[in-house]
Amino acid sequence: MLFELRDVALARGGRPVLEGVTASIPVGATAVVGPSGSGKSTLLRLLNRLADPGSGEVLYRGRPLAAYEPLALRREVALVPQLPALLEGTVASNLAYAARLAGEPLDVPGCLRRAGLAPELAERDVERLSVGEQQRAMLARALAQRPAVLLLDEPTSALDPDARDAVEATLAELRRETGISLVIVSHDPEQARRLGEWELVLRDGRVARCGPAAGAPA
Amino acid sequence: MSGARIELWQVGAALALVALAAAVSRLWRADLERDIAVATVRSIVQLTLVGYAIKVVFDADEMWLVVAMLAAMALFGALTARRRAARVPVAFGPLLVALGTAGAATLGLVVALGIFEPTPRYLVPVGGMVIGNAMTASAVALNRLGDEVAASRARIEATLALGATAREAAAPVVRRALRSGMISIVDSTKTTGLIFFPGTMVGMLLAGAEVTDAVRLQLILLYVILGAVSIAALLATALARRGFFTAAHQLRDPDEPAPAGGGRRAGAAA
Repeated sequence: MLFELRDVALARGGRPVLEGVTASIPVGATAVVGPSGSGKSTLLRLLNRLADPGSGEVLYRGRPLAAYEPLALRREVALVPQLPALLEGTVASNLAYAARLAGEPLDVPGCLRRAGLAPELAERDVERLSVGEQQRAMLARALAQRPAVLLLDEPTSALDPDARDAVEATLAELRRETGISLVIVSHDPEQARRLGEWELVLRDGRVARCGPAAGAPA
Repeated sequence: MSGARIELWQVGAALALVALAAAVSRLWRADLERDIAVATVRSIVQLTLVGYAIKVVFDADEMWLVVAMLAAMALFGALTARRRAARVPVAFGPLLVALGTAGAATLGLVVALGIFEPTPRYLVPVGGMVIGNAMTASAVALNRLGDEVAASRARIEATLALGATAREAAAPVVRRALRSGMISIVDSTKTTGLIFFPGTMVGMLLAGAEVTDAVRLQLILLYVILGAVSIAALLATALARRGFFTAAHQLRDPDEPAPAGGGRRAGAAA
């Protein structure tokens, strides 16, 4: 198993967000689905230790997450948040920053292409990108770290259907090409079905279903 | 200026201007009347008490009294500045360290260089200026730091998600906070003599000192204050920054209670 969650609970401001979550996430592509407010994004944040559970335990490849050095873990398990939040500067400088943190060689055109962005966007200031472009630049930045696992929080929420299809195709191709594991949070069950081989459904902070996705792609 | 007598009625007359300030506040609903009243009462009480305290320190001519007085200034400065840093989880410790260090380092330097004699006559007023300016700068810096972190949470977390350290992820907001803490003293140093006349120099000239002496002393004071302000703003922001993060480089929840112990304990300032 890639990740295992054991009786995980987490509260924010006294309000429970996740309760008694026990679930496994295998290597491959997993879709985390559920209505908004069901705890999907919070669960994703636990997986690369942007937050820790109030109780319970999260394991990554059989070892408790707390046993990993958090910075090294985040470079291996990259999270792309829903809200685009690039650093000031150009797209290329953001990619360079991420690659440097991960100690990886920098391939700006390659990362942009995989994220569905034109190579000429490299030198564009991030302030001048559309939200959809920013979202894809966030994906390109995560790819610059060559992570083993990519955690994506609503990766296509700001995209029109064409751009969404392009990103979905990119993710499927990435998965085939590099063997990267994906954990994709989505409020859209259709998208989850298209992308996920495994499905984790949350409702009100609890697991409603966890298992192979119905009609999962090969 | 020695021998100048100020009557109580003259002070009372000056209060008319305070009434004007309160009237303006009321007219424009700036909601500052209460603060103006508190400021007025506090200024009367504090200055009277401190006036006598300084006289005692001057007359006694004891170094430990000077150190105690400067330590008290740093303590009250940190308490005052903390109120401007409501969004900073741990502010008091960093402020106390910042003000204590800024005061000790700059006063230590000017005494070591022989610029001022280590006597109450010099150390008390210079220490007051240094700590006062350091307090204002670090209060502004921490106030800005709290606002910046709140406004940049998404960006800070996205940077942490890449495996950046808390320090790296907070660097842009710390930079902006530091800048806003220091900018006003840099600007006032730039315009000194043009927009405002520094009190020490004017006082010395009025007392009949040589122009060169008055100018040189004022320049030293400006540089000492500039140095103290940068030390204080730098330390306050660098230390306060830690309170926003956990040891695992996670950005704390804003409604989570402040970390116990407050990271830095600061007895050193006294």
